[in-house]
Amino acid sequence: MYDLAALYEANSVEEAVALRLQHPEAQIIAGGTDVLVQMREGKRAGKALISIFGIDALRGVQLEADGTIRIGSLTSFSHITKDPIIQKYINVLGQAVDLVGGPQIRNAGTIGGNTCNGVTSADSASTLFAWDAVVELTGQNGIRRLPIRDFYLRAGVVDLKPDEIQTAILIPKAAYEGYFGHYIKYAMREAMDIATTGCSVNVKLSEDKKTIEDARIAYGVAGPVPMRAETAEAAAKGQPVSKETVSAFAKAVLQDVHPRDSWRASKAFREHIAVELAKRCLCESIRLAGGEL
Amino acid sequence: MRTSVGKSIVRVDAFDKATGRAKYTDDLCDRSALVAKIVHSTVGNGLVTAVDTSEAEKIPGVVKVLTCFDVPDNPFPTAGHPWSTDPHHQDVADRLLLNRRVRYYGDDVAVVVAENEVAAVQAARAVKVSYEEYPVLLDVFDAMKEDATQLHEGFPGNILAHTGFRNGDYEKAIQEPGLICVEGWYDTPTVQHCHIENHICFAYMEAGRVIVTASTQIPHIIRRIVGQALGIPWGKVRIIKPYIGGGFGNKQDALYEPLCAWLTTQLGGRLVKLDCAREETFVSNRVRHAIRTRIISWVRPDGSFAARKIECYSNQGAYASHGHGVGAKGMNCFPQLYPCANVEGDCWTVYTNRPAAGAMRGYGIPQAMFAGESHIDDIAKTLGIPPLEYRNRFVMHQGYVDGFSKNENYYDTFRQVLEKGEAVLEYKKKYAQYQNQTGPVRRGVGCAVFWYNTAVWPISLESSSCRMVLNQDGSIQVQTGETEIGQGCDTAYSQMAADAVGIPVSDVHIVSTQDTDVTPFGLGAYASRQTYIGGFSIKQTGQLLKERILKYAQELTRMPVSNLDLQDGKIVRVPDGRVLMTLGELATEALYSMTHSEHITAESTYQIKSNAYSFGCSFAEVEVDIPLCKVKLLNMVNVHDCGTLINPALAEAQVHGGMSMAIGYGLSEELKFDPKTGRVLNNNLLDYKLSTFMDHPHLEARFVENPEPTSPYGTKALGEPPACSGAPAIRNAIFQATGVAVNQCPITPHVLFAKFQEAGLFEEV
Repeated sequence: MYDLAALYEANSVEEAVALRLQHPEAQIIAGGTDVLVQMREGKRAGKALISIFGIDALRGVQLEADGTIRIGSLTSFSHITKDPIIQKYINVLGQAVDLVGGPQIRNAGTIGGNTCNGVTSADSASTLFAWDAVVELTGQNGIRRLPIRDFYLRAGVVDLKPDEIQTAILIPKAAYEGYFGHYIKYAMREAMDIATTGCSVNVKLSEDKKTIEDARIAYGVAGPVPMRAETAEAAAKGQPVSKETVSAFAKAVLQDVHPRDSWRASKAFREHIAVELAKRCLCESIRLAGGEL
Repeated sequence: MRTSVGKSIVRVDAFDKATGRAKYTDDLCDRSALVAKIVHSTVGNGLVTAVDTSEAEKIPGVVKVLTCFDVPDNPFPTAGHPWSTDPHHQDVADRLLLNRRVRYYGDDVAVVVAENEVAAVQAARAVKVSYEEYPVLLDVFDAMKEDATQLHEGFPGNILAHTGFRNGDYEKAIQEPGLICVEGWYDTPTVQHCHIENHICFAYMEAGRVIVTASTQIPHIIRRIVGQALGIPWGKVRIIKPYIGGGFGNKQDALYEPLCAWLTTQLGGRLVKLDCAREETFVSNRVRHAIRTRIISWVRPDGSFAARKIECYSNQGAYASHGHGVGAKGMNCFPQLYPCANVEGDCWTVYTNRPAAGAMRGYGIPQAMFAGESHIDDIAKTLGIPPLEYRNRFVMHQGYVDGFSKNENYYDTFRQVLEKGEAVLEYKKKYAQYQNQTGPVRRGVGCAVFWYNTAVWPISLESSSCRMVLNQDGSIQVQTGETEIGQGCDTAYSQMAADAVGIPVSDVHIVSTQDTDVTPFGLGAYASRQTYIGGFSIKQTGQLLKERILKYAQELTRMPVSNLDLQDGKIVRVPDGRVLMTLGELATEALYSMTHSEHITAESTYQIKSNAYSFGCSFAEVEVDIPLCKVKLLNMVNVHDCGTLINPALAEAQVHGGMSMAIGYGLSEELKFDPKTGRVLNNNLLDYKLSTFMDHPHLEARFVENPEPTSPYGTKALGEPPACSGAPAIRNAIFQATGVAVNQCPITPHVLFAKFQEAGLFEEV
């Protein structure tokens, strides 16, 4: 039995936008795997809900004419993992979201909910950061697109205007073509857990596989919101594929990440793990890209 | 004749439980029930000065708000022990239904009753409580300090109890020249049972009596405690126990049955339900005692013991519950497991501001084995003796008799189980292979033994009662006071009853529900005693029933009883083996005979005055990723000598469950506390790291079946033992892999990070 004031169901994006304007106090609910838990805990108790779960138009993955991968916001984690477009071009995202919770959560939870929740530990977020994802928001005045790093404002808060819902996540062709990536979720157990730290790396190697043309790295739980480690990226970009580069890259992340001490894990521990994950993720990404160390 | 015992028959409740047909407490509660929600204290140590219920009472649907100022001043004990008629052996009565003097963050201060759950939750949040606060004492040593706040009157130093023993002369023995001293402190965490079904109960009144249906292991004991808490005659209370979703000892305690029973008396006898949320179960039910243990061993270069000493500091938490019995059990097995002439032991059980610790699967032995078996590896390492060899040489030998319990080690069980476990894991080969590794990822193997005993004799009463009723078709109903709590005793009892009477197991209908108005008196499910204890009364009652059946058969067949037997549901004339009639034919005649109609039943109580050792071991193989501070459990083997197996498949399942619990205990589970307030930080199944299916390797359960000579079925403990030796085996495997001795569990990545840093392992790899 949930303590909710009302439930409004939208069957289209337009209806959802209209309901948002009519009920500014209401909370959007998609798969419900976070919102219902929070309601039960009392954090959102007594709230009205706008369910967008029935908007089937927001489900599925498509390859657009210009090569952009379009992931509808209501696409479930398990769908993403099994989707052939994801598997072909950005398999690491499917692998990352396959580490969320357990099978039931992955069938119900959506990538839109995972990002709109605004939490740093979301398993999809660091990979989306690392792949320069673009968030598509739809409101009364139409569509707005912004880089995912601008979408996250602060812990638990994203740039979602009162009339908007998130309708898609886009990966531009330039962001994925020629890139290979790896994600490691570091958690206290092998399932049903949130990340202590999550690290997603991808690389583009030169044709001869000897040089790192580009490297991107993003973390979850290394700060209040998911983040890129730019010093580390700069340390690898244009450098030869070598153990030295990997080492320099991994050490450099300490200049970027700023985890905090909490009862869940100490800052020192998280920093130690961040370096080790950077190393391992880069090595694996290089291997996937055809490089040799 | 053994025809059912020893077979892996399908659980008698399997179909109903797998299909969702089995009824648990909540399934049985009428939907009209009022809902009770408890207001828990938000300070860890203090006194309630006022409770403002005005806002809560305004919420629509709220029926009543009762507070710690309303309850009877009637302190009661909660431990699910048999009552003792000797006042000196009674459990400490230190609880009220709701408490003004709050002793942990989450103590029960008030209770809201409403028409529905939402209103009850809203109202519980709206109750305002004011406190006078005292400093929070979470650790035993803080609580034992002279200036520490006293949590209960009459327990100076917050010491609930202290006991010890002195065997031989420790001080003199350590003077022997050439001795090597190995000393260590070993810490175990506060963990929770995490049974699937949270504690739930509902109560109403009928004919001036209070009827409580509860998810409990111990219905007859709960009747007594409810009577005590409410100050009413025990016969005015009726407890019904349906199927329950696990207990592991948490429900071997009066949890909220007394409060729920009292609520219905305050509501004109209306039906009221009290269903704990998981968050409450973690904090406001019971937990396992965290125990700090110090062990000192004085050993000769050949490994033999000159003298040993153990000190245990058992963290009782806020209320006595099972109290000193838990820590003392762990201490008392110390001189038995590795016998030594000169041993000293002391155990202090100390009140703190943690949640109340009670019974939990293993009852002090998982803690004692983590300390004791880690220490054995520390000794072996110091002396350069392989740890398995050390155990084989010094662990209890065949023929050992404990002076107090009179338990005897009838077989050379330890060497048998170690040999079997070694072979299954290929321990010796791997041990040699894993010596002197380098690199970031290293493997190790470890082993640990455990000591256990089956039941509680001679510390407490051990009795079991059984009733059997013959139906028209020759089938029987069987009732016992011991309870099915998921462990499978309904099935084991059906098998034992079938053999005792001489009928097929399909003709045994076990009555799973205990109802204190109807069920023979019994103590419920606890210790590892159900199969052992139940076996006595089932055998005795079965024989009694059989005698009555054969006597009736004599009337019908005119054959002497001495020539008759009941085999596989048939009356057999023994000399020529001729089947004279089926039991069904006899039973129909017996009930409908115009000349001699008889309702054939049997009922008896057996008082058990024996106990039985139950020993075994665990082997673990791990892979340690040093830079990631992670342990991957590759293999785990448990070997048990629990006597003759009643149902091998169920026995194996029981061992798997215990091994899983040991894995969590060793690697991931602990309740974490805010040091300032005493609040539990991780009272949910996300932040409390119960190990999952994905964290388990293949679990291998093996048995050595030495028939227990004191049991009519040759059986002994298997309920708790599987949870006892896994954690130290894992610890010892990590020790071999990394050379780092971790003297605390759980051995989480956080702990390993600090330990590996200290040992300089990160630089090394």
